[in-house]
Amino acid sequence: MNLPLLVWSYLKSRPLNTALNIVLLSLGIAVITILLLFNNQLQRKITDNAKGIDLVVGAKGSPLQLILCNIFHIDFPTGNINLKEAEKISKNRLVKKAIPLALGDSYNGYRIIGTNQLYAEQYNAQLSSGAWFQKEMEVTIGSNVANALKLKTGDKFESNHGLTSDGHAHDEQKFSVAGIMSHTNSVLDNLILTQVESVWKVHEAHGEGEKTHDDHDHDSIANPSPLIPSVEAGDSTKEITSMLIQYRSPMGAIQMPRWVNGQSSLQAASPAFETARLFSILGVGVDILKAFAYVLIFISALSIFIALYNSLKERRYDLAIMRSMGASRARLVTAILMEGGVLTLMGCVIGLLMGHGALIVMGNLVEETQKAGISGLVFYEEEWIILVGSLLLGTLCAIIPAIQAYRTDISKVLAGNE
Amino acid sequence: MMIQVQQVAYSYETGKTISFPDFAVTGSEPCLLLGESGSGKTTLLHLIGGLLKNQQGKIVIHDTNISQLSETELDKFRGKHIGFIFQKNHLISALSVKNNLLMAPYLSGLPQQESRVREVLEGVSLQEKENANVNALSHGQAQRVAIARAVLNKPDVILADEPTSALDDKNCMRVIDMLLAVAKQNNSALLIATHDQRLKSKISRQIIL
Repeated sequence: MNLPLLVWSYLKSRPLNTALNIVLLSLGIAVITILLLFNNQLQRKITDNAKGIDLVVGAKGSPLQLILCNIFHIDFPTGNINLKEAEKISKNRLVKKAIPLALGDSYNGYRIIGTNQLYAEQYNAQLSSGAWFQKEMEVTIGSNVANALKLKTGDKFESNHGLTSDGHAHDEQKFSVAGIMSHTNSVLDNLILTQVESVWKVHEAHGEGEKTHDDHDHDSIANPSPLIPSVEAGDSTKEITSMLIQYRSPMGAIQMPRWVNGQSSLQAASPAFETARLFSILGVGVDILKAFAYVLIFISALSIFIALYNSLKERRYDLAIMRSMGASRARLVTAILMEGGVLTLMGCVIGLLMGHGALIVMGNLVEETQKAGISGLVFYEEEWIILVGSLLLGTLCAIIPAIQAYRTDISKVLAGNE
Repeated sequence: MMIQVQQVAYSYETGKTISFPDFAVTGSEPCLLLGESGSGKTTLLHLIGGLLKNQQGKIVIHDTNISQLSETELDKFRGKHIGFIFQKNHLISALSVKNNLLMAPYLSGLPQQESRVREVLEGVSLQEKENANVNALSHGQAQRVAIARAVLNKPDVILADEPTSALDDKNCMRVIDMLLAVAKQNNSALLIATHDQRLKSKISRQIIL
């Protein structure tokens, strides 16, 4: 016989009550856990994806849309910008790195991005097989794309116009897979990278029929564009979707956005600023869910308190008997505090497991969760805080019943006078 | 001398004071404490067992004047030297028979021996109920388990408060016989407070309040 066994026996003797308390608490804890995991991972993901990109320059429109489209690749482009104007920005002395992006096509829901090697380097991408895209119509694909679409090096496919799989098929031109990137845990995993020229070619072919355009001989270009070397600098007919910019110095953050926004057709958006804004918008929903979880936890605490309080009434005689057998007041108080603690500990552990389990299930069922790279198998230090907090809560709920146990007049109870 | 009561009186919260006669109980001779309801039988029993304090006079159990013990010391003393049997509600319903019995050595800080559990259960002919649920026992059986628990620590003194009042004649005789037998076997002084007339024929030494 020992105290934990005694406490456990008491909990077991009221199975429904115990189960109710555990379920209530675990639901609250599970919601908190899911929010914690989801929020932390999303935040981290967003920060990682935007790392090293100080500014996105694109067509006028919503700055948040510009960021969502060009960094996270979840929204649609705001429009196109002239290559000549983009070049002008990229030549600014405050710009360290400028990466052109040309969007517009996709394959089975995965976006095809016309860009250059710098974009892959931005996320430290490595090849797991094949080679980088070198020539027009060659692509290097992200690991998720390769897995989901079962693409191998050498495979050919036709792109769809637009960023969803039901767009018009560009069947005149076929892309061929030159290589597959290894997993980067970034947005790159869900992208198909190619040259900007490929994107142009697909659309030219679509728009202007069979007007061939094979003068991509670098030698014939006297003054190549700093962004896309195969075309002449200052080409006013070519367009790209956007440009990702890294500043040379912090001075850029002060001067660049104002300067870019001053140009009539261009817009600059800061990923850091826009994602912070996005989080403050999302934050409302998160706060409501959090409040709901805290209400659940409060109700479970109340329920645990009532359960202990009521059971103590029934147990007055038990307590008196134990005193008559030599138990000290302190030991009985410990037993009751422990009962509260064990209840909340179980509720908390089950809640944590439920939270992680829910995310694991969600990751398997919902494709978007997988794409966003949110996993249920990540553990955070905050979970210790939840655990310790629940233990404290349980002890707190048990304090009044414990004080009552402490005050029990054994003689009166045993004589049946109280 | 196991129990010695000298010039003991107790004042209730209501102001009423009861004085108790002096007496002593030895290990060899069980003793009945008789009296009408309200005569203070339970009060005296609780005073002797240290469940109630602040009396006048002197109560000595096994050479210890319990009036001088602090509350914590009393708890320990009670666990080691005194076994209680009450009229009813005496077992912890959340625990099995065996664990109810093991509570006695556990709470008094003595080694928990399962062999001793079987021994005392044999003494009250309930060895087959060792793992039974307490709720599954009849009144008589529950009372026998309570007796087994009271003697488990081989206490110097067993105090029983109306141990047979809730039982029918057949069970009453069975329980009192067992109580007398195990008390003798464990060499414990036995003091039974009761108004149950059926016990008078079994125990000759009687103190009337």
